[in-house]
Amino acid sequence: MSDWRMRAEAHRAVRILRVVEEAEGFSTLYFRDALCRKAQPGQFIMVWPPGMEEVPMSLSTIGGESSITVKAVGLTSRRLTSLGEGDLIMIRGPFGRGFTLMGEKPLLVAGGTGVAPMKPLVEEMLSRGLKPTLILGARTRDRLLFLNRLRRLLGSKLHIATDDGSLGFSGPASKYAERLLDEGCFDAVYACGPEAMMAAIYRAAERRGLPIQVSLERYMKCAIGLCGSCAIGPYRVCRDGPVFNGEMLRRVLDEFGRRHLDPSGRSTPLEE
Amino acid sequence: MVEIRLAMEIGGLNLRNPVMNAAGILGLTADLLRRVYEEGAGAVVTKSIGLKPRMGHPNPTVAIVEGGLINAMGLPNPGVEYFLGELEKLRAWDIPVIASFFGETLDEFVEVASKLSEAGVDALELNCSCPNVEGVGILGSDPGAVKRVTEAVKGCVDKPLFVKLSPNVSDITEIARAAERGGADGLTAVNTLRATALSVEARRPILSNVTGGLSGPALKPVALRCVWEIYEAVEIPIIGCGGITTWRDAVEYLLAGASALQVGTAIMTRGLRVFREINMGLRSYLEENGFRGVSELVGLAHES
Repeated sequence: MSDWRMRAEAHRAVRILRVVEEAEGFSTLYFRDALCRKAQPGQFIMVWPPGMEEVPMSLSTIGGESSITVKAVGLTSRRLTSLGEGDLIMIRGPFGRGFTLMGEKPLLVAGGTGVAPMKPLVEEMLSRGLKPTLILGARTRDRLLFLNRLRRLLGSKLHIATDDGSLGFSGPASKYAERLLDEGCFDAVYACGPEAMMAAIYRAAERRGLPIQVSLERYMKCAIGLCGSCAIGPYRVCRDGPVFNGEMLRRVLDEFGRRHLDPSGRSTPLEE
Repeated sequence: MVEIRLAMEIGGLNLRNPVMNAAGILGLTADLLRRVYEEGAGAVVTKSIGLKPRMGHPNPTVAIVEGGLINAMGLPNPGVEYFLGELEKLRAWDIPVIASFFGETLDEFVEVASKLSEAGVDALELNCSCPNVEGVGILGSDPGAVKRVTEAVKGCVDKPLFVKLSPNVSDITEIARAAERGGADGLTAVNTLRATALSVEARRPILSNVTGGLSGPALKPVALRCVWEIYEAVEIPIIGCGGITTWRDAVEYLLAGASALQVGTAIMTRGLRVFREINMGLRSYLEENGFRGVSELVGLAHES
């Protein structure tokens, strides 16, 4: 029998190499892990700072060094952002289906920490000779994550949208995306961010007949496709997602952007 | 050519094949259970439903160990009132449903079972053996209590009732006989085995609940022994559960005395195709060995 403790599903300890504060309350934690090194952009890991709750996090860097990018909101995320070099976290994964490459000139839309899986996706696309355009959205210019890194990667193909208009387009990234979709000749759309934003972009892509992929987030327990706590329609976000394509989204329109399961399994309205 | 029959009957339930999901696996929503059925299961089993909604334990709720998985979900469920809506959908889709349920008192067991029964489920599975919630697991190791709760539930529902047994007892046949005397129509053997796992780096238990229940291949020899012993002790049929991953595991359980089978952890290692894989393997085994139906295998090894 193969060694189960070597499986991606098994917990393992990694040491934090360094923590980079991206903006106030947003930090990226770097570490090394052989399995995360080979992850697909869009896949996630379960992160457990011992003594706290274990939570799902997208990989924001994939390679010799891997990273997660954390927004300090709850007890666990505040603990994560307070960690430093040499501190230990337990991880398992990578899990789920990541993004697949479509088209030659894709439009990517990232809102808030939704940029986390988009950064390695941009890197993957560039290395495969695609010509991605990214809209980086946030509430204010101080909250634009990976701005310098993305500027170096994308140059003029990086667009900014801020809710308060402090930089770039003033208003929601989804609205700016519609404008770009009408002007440009994009052949595919990707989105990650607040679900209402992704739902708006999904509708914009569908109206234009463009293929789309979005990355969903749900409350999760097992992360290995068994418990059903992350269900949306017939899908498990942990195993069938977290990346959903248009065909999958069409089957869950009564839930996508609208409802999610609470930890007891009751369908409740999404609040963002 | 002789037609091979995977279809079978257990405790009054007629199923297209003997393979179902185990309780707790994907049974939180009707949509997920429909997918399990479409992937080839003969019936679907719901999450264990209680009277009130429960969030379950905080994460980490699973830990991988050699050959298996330890979980301590803590019986998360939306509560019976809410779940009636999910059951309604399953009934409209004509999917055979076994509703797993639990209570914290005898009255609760009866109340939940009555409501599930009125919702038109095809059968009930009484969970008196969850090792991760205080009180619920202890009930399953007390033969007197198992008989009383089985009797009480049978006294007010007219559906087939399976009692799911715990392997965390010194003599499982004693509990099996108690359930049979209480009027159970069948037994599910077994629930998970109490276990734990620690991280040497974090120097603490992995599960927030400290202990959990072991499932997967590591549980199989123990569960199979339970099925073997129960088969010799009672007349009512057995649903075998514990580490079933391949058709070979399934055949072993049938030979040991199980009439039907439940699959859980193998969905992690094999994916949802595991239902079709096991059924196809069963069919080939029956064909190659001159059997016409899956029921011909049940308990066969006891005759040798």
